[in-house]
Parts: sequence; C-alpha cells; structure tokens
Amino acid sequence: MPAKSAAPNGNAPILEVRDLKTYFFTEDGVVKAVDGVDFYVKHGEVLGLVGESGCGKSVTSLSILRLIDRPGEIVGGEVFFEGENLLDRPLDSMVDIRGDRISMIFQQPKSSLNPVFKVGSQIVEVFQIHDEKMDKAVAWEKAVALLKRVGIPDPESKAHAYPHQLSGGQAQRVMIAMAMALQPELLIADEPTTALDVTIQAQILDLIRELNHETNTAVILITHDLGVIAEMADRVAVMYAGQIVEEVSVEGLFKNGLHPYTQGLIKSIPVLGSVQEQLNTIPGSVPNLIDLPAGCRFASRCPARVEHGLSICEEHMPNLLEVAPGHEVRCWLYEDAAGHTAPLKPGKGKKKK
Amino acid sequence: MTATDTLAAPPQAVKSNSLLQLTLRRLFKQRNARAGAVILGFLILVAIFAPAIAPYDPTLSLLDIEPVTIRQAPCIHLLGCPEDQAQHLMGLDGNARDQFSRVVYGTRISLFIGFSTIGLAIVAGTLLGAIAGYAGGWVDNVIMRTMDVLLAFPSFLLAIAIITILGRGLQNALYAIAIVNTPHFARLVRASVLSIKEQEFVAATRALGASAPWILFRRILPNALPPLIVQGTLGIAGAILEAAALSFLGLGAQEPAAEWGTMLGRERGQVFTAPYLVFYPGFAIMFTVLAFNLLGDGLRDAMDPRLSQVSKAK
Amino acid sequence: MMTAKPLIEVQDLVKYYPVQGGIIPHTVAEVQAVDGVSFTVYEGETLGLVGESGCGKTTVGRTMLRLETPTGGEVRFEGANIFDLKGPALKALRREMQIVFQDPFASLDPRLPIGESIGEGLAIHGMGNGRERYERVIEALSRVGLERYHATRYPHEFSGGQRQRIGIARALVMNPRFIVLDEPVSALDVSIQAEVLNILKDLQRNMGLTYLFVAHNLAVVEHISDRVAVMYLGKIVEVTTRAALFRKPLHPYTQALLSAIPMPDPTLKRDRVILKGDVPSPLNPPKGCRFHPRCPIAEERCSVEEPALRELESGHQVACHFAERFL
Repeated sequence: MPAKSAAPNGNAPILEVRDLKTYFFTEDGVVKAVDGVDFYVKHGEVLGLVGESGCGKSVTSLSILRLIDRPGEIVGGEVFFEGENLLDRPLDSMVDIRGDRISMIFQQPKSSLNPVFKVGSQIVEVFQIHDEKMDKAVAWEKAVALLKRVGIPDPESKAHAYPHQLSGGQAQRVMIAMAMALQPELLIADEPTTALDVTIQAQILDLIRELNHETNTAVILITHDLGVIAEMADRVAVMYAGQIVEEVSVEGLFKNGLHPYTQGLIKSIPVLGSVQEQLNTIPGSVPNLIDLPAGCRFASRCPARVEHGLSICEEHMPNLLEVAPGHEVRCWLYEDAAGHTAPLKPGKGKKKK
Repeated sequence: MTATDTLAAPPQAVKSNSLLQLTLRRLFKQRNARAGAVILGFLILVAIFAPAIAPYDPTLSLLDIEPVTIRQAPCIHLLGCPEDQAQHLMGLDGNARDQFSRVVYGTRISLFIGFSTIGLAIVAGTLLGAIAGYAGGWVDNVIMRTMDVLLAFPSFLLAIAIITILGRGLQNALYAIAIVNTPHFARLVRASVLSIKEQEFVAATRALGASAPWILFRRILPNALPPLIVQGTLGIAGAILEAAALSFLGLGAQEPAAEWGTMLGRERGQVFTAPYLVFYPGFAIMFTVLAFNLLGDGLRDAMDPRLSQVSKAK
Repeated sequence: MMTAKPLIEVQDLVKYYPVQGGIIPHTVAEVQAVDGVSFTVYEGETLGLVGESGCGKTTVGRTMLRLETPTGGEVRFEGANIFDLKGPALKALRREMQIVFQDPFASLDPRLPIGESIGEGLAIHGMGNGRERYERVIEALSRVGLERYHATRYPHEFSGGQRQRIGIARALVMNPRFIVLDEPVSALDVSIQAEVLNILKDLQRNMGLTYLFVAHNLAVVEHISDRVAVMYLGKIVEVTTRAALFRKPLHPYTQALLSAIPMPDPTLKRDRVILKGDVPSPLNPPKGCRFHPRCPIAEERCSVEEPALRELESGHQVACHFAERFL
C-alpha cells in the first residue's frame, strides 16, 4: 500500500477536483447539490466518498464524467484528470474519456444493463465503440476472458445469457467487467454493493480490491456504509450537504476523525459485537439544499458548536483546511492555522471573532 | 441528551400544503394550462349567462318579426352596418335565427354534453375497473373482456350502432358517447387499483383491520384519481367532438336545438355562399376542444410524480 | 427474560406462492418462500429475524399478521390459532398485533394529513369520539418525538426518518402488544437509523411491547434483539440468544454471514469466510440441507438428508448435521 500521509504533490494525483459546483435549477429554486467540492485521487489508490443520502456524492461522480442533464448544470470549478481540465473539453469529446479512461459502475446493476442484448454482446460493444476495427470474434473472446476474470462461473455460456437470467451479484460482476474492459485509469463505483446481500457484497468488494491491486486502477468508492469504507478505502472524503467536510486517511478517520459530523456518524452506527444501550444520534436534519444557511451547514445540528458556544459557525462558512499532513477539515474548531480564530478550548464557552 | 436538546429545530411557521394545492400550483405555472383554464372559465361564464349575452331566443325565427332574409350576412354597427338595421353579429341562419345567439347557447349544450357523458363514463368505468382490479379472478376476467369487446369496435361506429338501437336524439347520443368512453376509464382505474393495492399504506390499513370497502373507497380510489382527472379532461374534448359529429350526421341533437354540430350539418352546403354560418360553430368547437386539451395536458404534467421529485435532488 | 411466557408461537408455518403459466393459466411451480418455520416470541422480548433477500423473513412477518394467506401451519397468539379467526374476532386481534413497514415513503397515504393516517385505526375500530381520537393521535405523536402541529401536515413534508416515526405512531396508537418491525431502518441513513432504533427501544421499555424485528443488517439486529433467528431459503437455520449468536454461532451460514459484514474499523484483520456462488432460487431449492451447495463444511449426507432444527445447548437451536464441531 502507498504511504498515506504523503503530501499530494509527492505523487501527482490522477484526478483533482477543485471547487466543483453542480446546481439543479428546479421550479422550487436552485438546488445546490454540489457546492464547492475539492478532493484528489492518487494513482492506484481507493478514495472513499462517504455521506448520507442527498449529500451530493453521486452528483459529484456524475459531474466528473459530465453526465449531468437538465435541470442540472455544472456551474463552476475544475476537474483535472491527468493534468487536463475535463470541464474545458468539448462535451462531444467526453466519449474518449468515459469508459476508456474513467469508467463507472452503479448501484442497480440490473437496470444498468440493456435487457434486450446478451451480456457478451454488451461487452463486445464496449470494445467496438472505442476501436471500430476490432474483429467481432476477437472481441467476443476478450469478453469471455473478462467474464472469467470477474468470477462468472462458466463464462462461455454465460456470455450468451440475457441480463434477466443473472443474479444481482452476477450482474454487478458483468458491470465491473464492462467497466474494466478498456483498462481505465480510474473507476468510479457508486454504491456498488448497496443493492446486494452481505455475502454477495463481500464477493464483489473482494473483486474490486483485487482488480485495484492487479491493474493499479484508482477507485473512487461512493458509499454510505462506513464498514465498506473501513475495509476498502485508503483515504476518505466525508461529504455533507454538498461539501467535503473532512478528508483524511482511513485510519485517521476512525481513530481521529475531527469534524463533529464525522464523529457523530461513526458513533451512530451499531457495531457488531459491541452492545450499547443507546446509540448516539445526530439531532435535526440535513439543511434544505435550496435554502442553505450562511454559515457552516452542519451548525444547526452540531453538538460541538453548543458545547463551545461558537457563534461564528452560524455566520461564516469555515474553509477546508489542512490541520495535519494529509488531514483536512472544514470546521471552525480547527481553523486557527489559517489566521482565522476559533481555537479549541474544551469545556469553555469562549468565542472570539 | 440535554445538551443536544437545544439543537432541536424550532417549529417552523411553514404553511402546510396538501397534494392538491401543490398540484394546482404546478398546474398554473404552465402557460398552456393557464390558457386552457382561462378559455374554459370564459366558456363556463358564457354558458351561465347565455340568456343575458344572447340578444335573441336561439330557436326563434325572425322572419315575421324583423325585416330580414334567410342567411343574411352579419350586420355589425361598429363595422359600418347602417344603424337602422338590427345588429346580427354572426348573421342569420337558414331559418332566419340569430346565429350569434345560437352559438352562445350552443356553449351550454356542448359543455353539458362534455361533462355529463364523461361524468357518466367515469362513474361507470371507475366502478367496473375498481371491482375488476380489487376482486381479481373471474370477476376481473368477465368485466375486462366485456370492455375489450367494446374497445374492439371503432368507437364512432359503435356510437352510431348504439343510437340505431336506442333511437336518434341528444339524450341517446349522450348515452352512446358515455358507453363508448367507459372502457377507457375502466382500464385506467383497474391498472391504478392493481398498483395501489400493492402499496404498503394499503397493507397498513389492512393490518389495522379495515374492511374491503373501506380500503377500496378510502385508500385506493382517492389515489387512483389523478390519472382519471387527466383522462377525463382530455375525454371531455373527445366527447364534445363526437357529439358534434353525431349531430352533424343528424343522429344527435335535433332541430331546433342550438348545437354546434347540428348547426354545421344543416348549413354545410352553404360553406361558399354563407361561410359565417359554418365558421362560427366550427370555431366554437375548436376553441372548446382546445381548452380541454390544454388543461388536460397541463394536469398530466402537474400530476406526474416524476416532476414532483425534481425538487429533491440526489 | 428467563421465565417469560410465550406470547406468540409459530408452528410449521408454510407459505408458497403459485407461479402461473401456460396458455390456460394454471400453477406450473411454487415459490417456497417460507417452508416449515417454527419459533416462539416471548412476552416483552425482541426476536430478531435475520436473513438475506428472498429468504422469506418478510413473508413470515406478514403472514403472521394475516396480510398474506398462509399455505399451512399455525400461529398462536396467547394460545389461540389466529389462522382460525374470522370477522369480528380477527378484527379485534388486529388491535393487538401491528406492523411497521420498511419503506417510509410508500407506507403512508400521500393524500392524508398524517394525523388522519395515524388515527385511521381508531376510526376503523370505532374507538372513542373525534376529540378522544385526536388526543390519542397527539399522544402517539409525542411518544415518537413529534409535535402536535405535525398532525395536520402531509407525508411529503416529512423526511424519511420522520415518516418512519409516523409509521411507528400509527402502530402505537392502537395500543398493541405485539409489533412486527419489517426492516424499519434499512431505508434510512445511519444517523437517522440510530434515532429510530433508540425510539423503538424506549417504547418497548415504557409500554412493555413485544417485537419481531425483521432485518438483513446483523449489526442492527444485534443492537435491538434479545434473541435472534437466522433464516436461509425459507427455513430457520439457527435460533439463539443474542450473546450466543454473536459469540459462538453454530451454523456455517451464520458464521459466513457474520464474517461478511464490513466492520467500521480499518485496523481489524479478520479471517473471512467468503461464500461461493449465489443464493439458489426458492422456486427450486436444493435437496437435503438447503445451504449445502454453498457450505464450506458440506458432506455427502447434507445433499440427501435435511437437518432438523435441534437444540444443542439450552436455548440454542441449530439446523446442521455437523454443528457439534463448533461447540
């Protein structure tokens, strides 16, 4: 495994997202689904993107591939992939990126496959889209080999199967085969195991991990399941209400998660084998993405804000700042490194401005 | 616990919106639907105040009363018709009746036809469809195969056949149109009932011990209403057209009733000599049908659950 | 929990779903969703019923409440077989047994203010006048942490977690003794899930409720249950106390299930049992032990002889020929 605390410039990231903003212009108002997201992914690493439903993690991944349809629109930011800003490309030429260099797998494998074509043909199609001259028979051979690689039993005959003849786990394996067909440099896996049973989930996660090690393909793993994050990710970005609130190595997240939201999230999951009478909860609910508060988006639910009596939280948005090497947090409790002050004084109700 | 209590969100003074209110708001955000509603409102006002608007009795021949001729051209004072002549905005028809008064009164008949036939078809169709969908089994089979037979005929021919049996006249034409339209509503309701029946809120009501009629009438049917309203609105447009066509053929409303289709049918030979006698009733039909179609399309969009999800971005 | 008396006894419960086919529709096959399930729920406890999708756990819960017609077997509520009840007796029983559903968006009628949804059961049973019903609705709302003014709001105005609490309030208002919780938190985000679980625990303590908690998430089941039953392909493979199940699972399927759960601790290194293959179709379940094609310790006997659910230790039942190895 690569050294996790290395500075990002030590090993140039394969993907760097800066201040990405994707808004949805609806009748009710502008939904700021992704509102200034920054993160990076290094070669060969697994970045976990974790957050609850509606936090913008899926929209972020779709924005990277520019798969946002109306009423959604990418309104700002940069997405550097191998040094090139994908948002500057003509939209037509995104097909050279999609599938070829960045590919994606989704939560519902069965609805992501075309029901009227054999799975083998669908993989062949992937080859042919990107290399029109490829011989059909050769492509079919390669498709069968891929199915074999992703652990489909009896791949020669399963290549002739239609999607409805596959189980959910097999369908997800086929999706992974299609995604890996052109040996992309980056794989975006959007809740790849959420629709699957735990025993099948374990198989699929194993497969993704193997492929990551074998091909050195970087992975962005989007999930709401902290257990999956702990098992799979090298680094983690925690999203809340359209922003990254914390970015840190996976060990750092569970040992020393700094953002009050991260801490609340970790404490609220029941852990197998450790029985608690009451689970920790995060009071209140996620702010409306149409009508966002001026200050920190977590302020209204934040127990630390109450404990430390910070009033700045509701007035000004904290920045995502590096508080330790490789550990970034968006919280006023840790802001003083940048000259703003709201130093951590446990138990004291002091506030400065 | 106490520390976090202070975080509980204060009760917001947001006013509560029912689904109906939300739907209406979405409906009137669409320009087309607004136009349809305005036209329809105008037509309803015309129908209500027809006696006040129309200068003459629509069935009264003016030959013995005024110095007029049959199929006299429109006389409009504003456009230079001599002040000493009586004003006839749309001229006189073949019986020397005031065409304007007839067109105004025609609104009453057409709206009545539209609402009554579709109302009847909705009631019958809902009942049949709900029973078929909820009971299932052979009941479902008998009802729906009968509906399929009705749908197998071209609807206009079927209406003509029904009138042949019942006899001509407006009332029988109404029954014919209602019967022809019933299968569409039965199918629609059955499909909605089948899907709503499987929803968890219905299971929840069953778990509370509710009887079958309670579940059907309080839980399932109210939720089957939205597509019915859309289909009904569009159906009214169709029914008005069908009634006009039947009357045009002389099978529906009979003389001297002021029905647009009848008016068209009687004067169809005069398209070139007295176009105003054909134009105004024809225009009235188009205008009314357009209003219902605009409104129906608007309702469809406003009630589409996919659209209501737009505001909840992922 | 030691000398608690049984509230509900399920015996040999069977539920098959016919599959229609052919030109003249007739039953061509049967989905064996639940195939001979027996267990007991004691008064005041929470029995967790856990298994993967398609194992029949939801069908068990729904059939117990007679939301599905059973194919066979008995469910006794305080000794009386509820499958024999009809008319008013069945209606009266509905007050004692309630259900909370998985999908908080589908389980409330979108056209009703939630106060009316909650009070519906009272109206169906003609309990109290309008004023009294309203008071009971408000009381149920406050029990799940909602306010009086919420009663006039519509479902679409609530978040998923709030709707699930409304679903709980609807069950509570009837003052039931037994509630089937059918995956009540699996559609919710983790922070919301914790809130709902806490409420459920509090209510049980305060109102002496008995729960059947149906779920696929073992960590959640462990958190809330006193005893746990594990299902696989329409059969119960293991029943035991929470502590025994998680400390010393005796069925190879339970062991695999436990080891497959991703743990939120990156430093943990476990020996995982990753099961091969998929869950077979309940349309045509394997002969003998239904788990044998995926079982790491299967022997020839397993494909021939179906293991009975037998008690290996006090209160610990397992359906495996070779469970003694793990004792």
